[in-house]
Amino acid sequence: MTALLEVEGLSKRFRGLKAVSDVGFAVPQGAIVALIGPNGAGKTTTFNLIAGVFPPDEGSVRLQGRSIAGLKPHRVCAAGIGRTFQIVKPFGNLTVEENVVVGALARESAVEPARRLARAVLARLGLADQASRPARSLTLPDRKRLEVARALATRPTLLLLDEVLAGLRPTEVDRMVEVLRDLNRSEGLTILMIEHVMRAVMALSDHVVVLDHGEKIAEGKPDAIAADPRVIRSYLGTEAL
Amino acid sequence: MTRRGALLFVLFVAALLAVPLVADRYVVSVLTTVLWFAYVGQAWNVMMGFSGLLSLGHALYVGLGAYVSAALFVHFGIGPWLGLWAAMAVAVAAGAFIGFLGFRFGVRGVHFALLTIAFAEVARIAFDHLAWTGGSGGFFIPVDAAGGDDLLNLRGSPTLFYYVALGLTLGALALARVLLHSRLGYRWLAVREDAEAAEAVGVNLFAARMWAVMVSAALTAVGGVFQAFYFNTLFPEQVFAMGRSIEIILPAIVGGIGTLFGPILGAFILTPLGEGLTHAIALTGVDVPGLKLLFYGTALVVIVVFLPDGVWPWLAARLRLTRRPGEDDPS
Repeated sequence: MTALLEVEGLSKRFRGLKAVSDVGFAVPQGAIVALIGPNGAGKTTTFNLIAGVFPPDEGSVRLQGRSIAGLKPHRVCAAGIGRTFQIVKPFGNLTVEENVVVGALARESAVEPARRLARAVLARLGLADQASRPARSLTLPDRKRLEVARALATRPTLLLLDEVLAGLRPTEVDRMVEVLRDLNRSEGLTILMIEHVMRAVMALSDHVVVLDHGEKIAEGKPDAIAADPRVIRSYLGTEAL
Repeated sequence: MTRRGALLFVLFVAALLAVPLVADRYVVSVLTTVLWFAYVGQAWNVMMGFSGLLSLGHALYVGLGAYVSAALFVHFGIGPWLGLWAAMAVAVAAGAFIGFLGFRFGVRGVHFALLTIAFAEVARIAFDHLAWTGGSGGFFIPVDAAGGDDLLNLRGSPTLFYYVALGLTLGALALARVLLHSRLGYRWLAVREDAEAAEAVGVNLFAARMWAVMVSAALTAVGGVFQAFYFNTLFPEQVFAMGRSIEIILPAIVGGIGTLFGPILGAFILTPLGEGLTHAIALTGVDVPGLKLLFYGTALVVIVVFLPDGVWPWLAARLRLTRRPGEDDPS
């Protein structure tokens, strides 16, 4: 497997505070990689650095061998990375379908094909019957689904998911896990996910990267990570044993 | 739009077309003002309503459009239909400059609004001192009383101007509708709703916002051309006044920001009310300066408190003129 995304020596300081320090990992084509760690470990900052929200102080980000570090978010999207936000950001006064149409228009220049793509994506995420509702009226699980749908509509080669399972009930987690697994298997979509729901991490991911205090403290297969003493100490806690 | 809404719209347009045939000069002139505000409100709505960019200096684009077209006509004999392209170009350049300053250097929200006011004020002072267009003494387009209707040079009767204003208003409505259903329109709405999320799905924020300012400036400048040839007199103190900018945005706010029909409805509510108030004041003989502004202020407060989304969304829902999201056409 060749690496779709390669992150090397990534560092970012905010007013002297090291949010991310010398972080490096690779996401192979077709893989599902999980980024875990305690709150404030620098996971979302790492996402924002990849997605172009702000440029890294140091380090490189390469997608399919091409450097994307420092590109604006819309260029990163054009390069093939779709993302969701930890705190969901629906276009509240637009309908669910319109939200996804905006995403689809990243690759489609005409509205009609974008609408067809949006409908297909909504059907896939189980949101078809909500299509004409205003996005602000959705429940949290549906908003999370909408985040994924909107990002998927941009037809990414790599999908960045920032805690899309947080706040969902177990049955809803299972549904989302099923959707993600299906996208990965049937369409070869590569996924990098920040996730706290360990059950989903263990079920979905091929590879886990652990951050703590802005640094990578471990990476490896999910079961190896779950047994790693450093990871248990800093994040999982002893009850995970 | 529901079938009922479409029917009412057709009747509305038909009634407007028939007005000069049945109404007197006064009614025609009031309705011309209504249509002008509806048109300019629609232009402003492209920035605020579609893209979430608050401009409080739209008098700038009106003024530039008015002065450029008037100067070309008076000094070079270039007619308004040709002059309006130059007027739009100048307004677009001004808008692009303001937009570039604002968006390149991250001036947002209220501060961006202040920037738009500042440029309108600078223009007012500049035109006060520009002798080529009469300075503070005013700029006048010669009126040929015997000329009759001349659409080509936009000289003629109030009826001619009424129909031109109607054409502009309906044209702007159609254009706004087309834009709103285009790729650009979707991107504007996305930027308005959440800029960060819009960027993440591939929207170039800078480009989307620049397009909004430039389209709005160009449309507004055409309103300025109309104003110049309708009133034939231009004073910087009036044309570029801060109060003018406020008057321009009120119809859209009252009618419904971001709605297609809001600016039109708002103009139909505000202008006749303002006219009526002026008459009422004249009848009582009490001369209180600024009473009309007080009225506009009150109207705004009432709207903001009771119908924050504007009158149009409320009215459309009550009368079932538009389909609410998730609702099938009942008719």
